[in-house]
Amino acid sequence: MQQTEQKEQQHEILPNEMFEIVGRKEEESEKINKPILSNWQDGWLRLKQNKAAVISLVVILLIVVLSFIGPYFSEYSYEQTNYEKVYSEPSGEHWLGTDKFGRDQWTRLWEGTRVSLYIAVLAALLDILIGITYGAISAWKGGKVDNIMQRIIEILVGIPNLIIIILLIMIMRPGIMTIMLAMVITGWVNMARLVRGQVFKLKTQEYVLASRALGASTSRIILGHMLPNTLGIIIINLMFTIPSAIFTEAFLSFIGLGLQEPLASLGVLINDGFQSMRNQFYLLAYPAIVIVALMVCFNMLADGLRDAFDPRMRK
Amino acid sequence: MKKFILVRLVNILITLFLIATLTFFLMKTLPGSPFDEEKLMNLSEELRMEFYAKYGLDEPLHIQYFKYMGDLVQGDLGLSYYYKEQPVSSLIMDRLAPSALIGLQAVVLGLSIGIILGMVAAFRHNTGWDYFTMIIAVLGVSVPNFVLAAFFQFYIGLKWGILPVAYWESYDHSILPTIALAVGVIAQIARFMRNEMLEVLQQDYIITAQSKGLGDWVVLIRHAIRNAMIPIVTILGPVVVSLLTGSLVIENIFSIPGIGSLFVDSIKMNDYTTIMGLTLFYSAFFILTMLIVDILYGIIDPRIRVHGKE
Repeated sequence: MQQTEQKEQQHEILPNEMFEIVGRKEEESEKINKPILSNWQDGWLRLKQNKAAVISLVVILLIVVLSFIGPYFSEYSYEQTNYEKVYSEPSGEHWLGTDKFGRDQWTRLWEGTRVSLYIAVLAALLDILIGITYGAISAWKGGKVDNIMQRIIEILVGIPNLIIIILLIMIMRPGIMTIMLAMVITGWVNMARLVRGQVFKLKTQEYVLASRALGASTSRIILGHMLPNTLGIIIINLMFTIPSAIFTEAFLSFIGLGLQEPLASLGVLINDGFQSMRNQFYLLAYPAIVIVALMVCFNMLADGLRDAFDPRMRK
Repeated sequence: MKKFILVRLVNILITLFLIATLTFFLMKTLPGSPFDEEKLMNLSEELRMEFYAKYGLDEPLHIQYFKYMGDLVQGDLGLSYYYKEQPVSSLIMDRLAPSALIGLQAVVLGLSIGIILGMVAAFRHNTGWDYFTMIIAVLGVSVPNFVLAAFFQFYIGLKWGILPVAYWESYDHSILPTIALAVGVIAQIARFMRNEMLEVLQQDYIITAQSKGLGDWVVLIRHAIRNAMIPIVTILGPVVVSLLTGSLVIENIFSIPGIGSLFVDSIKMNDYTTIMGLTLFYSAFFILTMLIVDILYGIIDPRIRVHGKE
């Protein structure tokens, strides 16, 4: 007691009278100071911090925009030949030179980029559409249906993709649609497996049971509850599928199974460039730079997206 | 284990049977023919029939199919249409050596460099080494191997003249194609190894080993590396696939007489029997590799024991 008084006098501790009971204010303590972020906003915030991914996104957008407006900067069309100006070096008139038929390489480069991107994106989207349907049905039905559907996938996985693609393209005539379809026929398997795994996991979740108890139909549960929760992996997979589709298209064109003249794609351009590499290296260099830039950026963006939306995967 | 292998073998046979059937009928529906149609038409009726008979084309489709399958079981892939008189099987055998050499060299090179890079990157996490490895890994999977091969050929072969540009004459001729193939493998393995290693380094047994007072190197060699290397077996499948596809273009670029260039040539020449033979060969090779990978995995990692049912 005495001690306390002493300390009070020395101002070491404050007297009780100076305190006032404030009580607990529920609203204050439970108040959320930051705006509520959805999973998507959260992922976007994380993605923005990944410099490599942001730069990749910007470069991809730049290439996409150029592939649309690029050809308009030049007065030549991609199929316009000029036999007096065959293999001319890059100059003010032809920014990236001309090829073996005197066609403007700048225009062909961006036309080709657009065709390659078009094939890749469409193939990836179709992959996903088929993959989701197949995977969701397989997982949702379960049992015998699942068993049979998985056996089919097992057999498909056992066949080297590229061989099937090559055979299919040999049968159908090479063209944008053919290349795309051939890639889709083998490409959806991966997506189907991913979606199946995810739906299997979600199937036993309580909120799905609750939704079913409230009388939701199967399609509603799949579209309304499961799909949004699978969208993350789907988008990540899409981003990994696009560069591999770009590669496959270029690869096919390179071995002579790609688009036919005068159509251009990155693969066709690289093939043409390779043929005349000895003296006209610029014909190979520019399409090669564009394809490498696209592949690097898509891969890095995909990595970034995976880190952002699937933090468990982060390393 | 025995039952597992048996089930897989049955599955493999079914798959190969399906592929053989599929390719057979696909090839039959193909437009165009490898023969010079005009010359054929100029032949007398008798000679033409004889010609068809030699390649077994005079019989109805289903008979042709059964014949083909029957021969297939005995390892006979038929006569090549383009390379006159040559059986496809001997054609493949003749061309196998260069492809096998380049493929094996690329696997060895890719595995050794990839594993070392990945380990160093994980051990020196977030340092220059790590970033260097990650850049190599991203570039390695992003740069298409035929683009890389073309650049190698242009700079190293043509401009600087360090190594031969193309053809298959001496051992030096295999160096550039090997490197061009290996870069993708290095990237895949390095990235995988780095992630595995980072995971392993966080495990309790590593902390235990460190707290026992073991030195960094002992922990690394005795505990970390051995555990991190087990899963490498699982990506051998994708690695083999990328080598197979890579060989198609790279053998073409460097004019190597291997099976990859044989395949591309036979596509260009409409040489159907060779295409069918090689398709089967590639599929069988791929499927058997997958089987070996699965069996190896079970042997190396005692935590994973395959049982009969799946």
